[in-house]
Amino acid sequence: MGKLIRFLPLILVIALGVVLYRGLSLNPQDMPSALVGKTMPTFSLKTLNNSEEVVTQADLLGDIILINVWATWCPTCKYEHPYLVDIAKDPQVKLYGLNYKDERVAAQKWLQDYEDPYVFSIFDDEGTLGLNLGVYGAPETFVIDHHGIIRKRFAGAIDTRVWRREFEPLIAQLIEEKKQGK
Amino acid sequence: MRLLSIFILTLAFACTTNIATASPVDTYEFNDEVTKIRFQALSKELRCPKCQNQNLADSNSPIAADLRRELYELLQQGKADSEIVNFMVDRYGEFVLYRPRVSELTYILWFGPAVLILLGIIVVIVIVRRKPVDKKTLALSSEQKEKLKNLTSDK
Repeated sequence: MGKLIRFLPLILVIALGVVLYRGLSLNPQDMPSALVGKTMPTFSLKTLNNSEEVVTQADLLGDIILINVWATWCPTCKYEHPYLVDIAKDPQVKLYGLNYKDERVAAQKWLQDYEDPYVFSIFDDEGTLGLNLGVYGAPETFVIDHHGIIRKRFAGAIDTRVWRREFEPLIAQLIEEKKQGK
Repeated sequence: MRLLSIFILTLAFACTTNIATASPVDTYEFNDEVTKIRFQALSKELRCPKCQNQNLADSNSPIAADLRRELYELLQQGKADSEIVNFMVDRYGEFVLYRPRVSELTYILWFGPAVLILLGIIVVIVIVRRKPVDKKTLALSSEQKEKLKNLTSDK
């Protein structure tokens, strides 16, 4: 017992070291969204391609959907763009864009230049829907189920690896839930 | 000496005013002084979600500017402080609070230091109250006394 007490400080220091070392490899930007499990916020905004056309949450919901927050000022969005084009080919999910705090002409040109993966993009130049979704940057991607519940929020670029690890299992689960009529 | 202290004071003052002008400047106008103070207090209490070690008042990032605008509008609508805080937490999570709420997740944060101090005090008390070593064992044995006597009586 006496010997053990003598080594106690050393044991404590090592334990602290392990905890702090683990902390080094955690990503502080990786925060859970406050909105997971809540319903998609309501909105009424124009689409990117048509400044006359108003869309609301009712135009999106009912399917398993992805909402990708993007902007032309965001270099990471350009990186993830080809992967989004790939994802859009999957008929089981619908990919919508949320053009966040951007300029209409530049954003339209972007979609012409790089191919448009989205069913349509919501034009949110003031970031109001972004604010209600708790968006703080771009790119961010939300997974919303067929009941309109936000199931996941992912901040950062999507590529093949991220898609397999973060999204595929959840999408498969949602498809299963939908089949079972949950 | 007096000149030096005046110089240092001036320098310190210059530094603080510089910091003040480096912060983002918004031109919000408030109807009354109380709302203004509440705005300042809340923008110091709320954390910028993007630049994580700055509050809304400090940060130059666009999202912080957006949230300051939102904060201003909520204040103009006559929302209470708690409603505003809830509004932000609903969107950005507990994370935006620089002073986290007391909950199961934050017990260790709130009570950890007090528990540590208490533990420290207990350890100190235990050490202090431990029985002092018996004086008899400290005293020299007759053999040692003999030796000492021989050593000192030599001269």
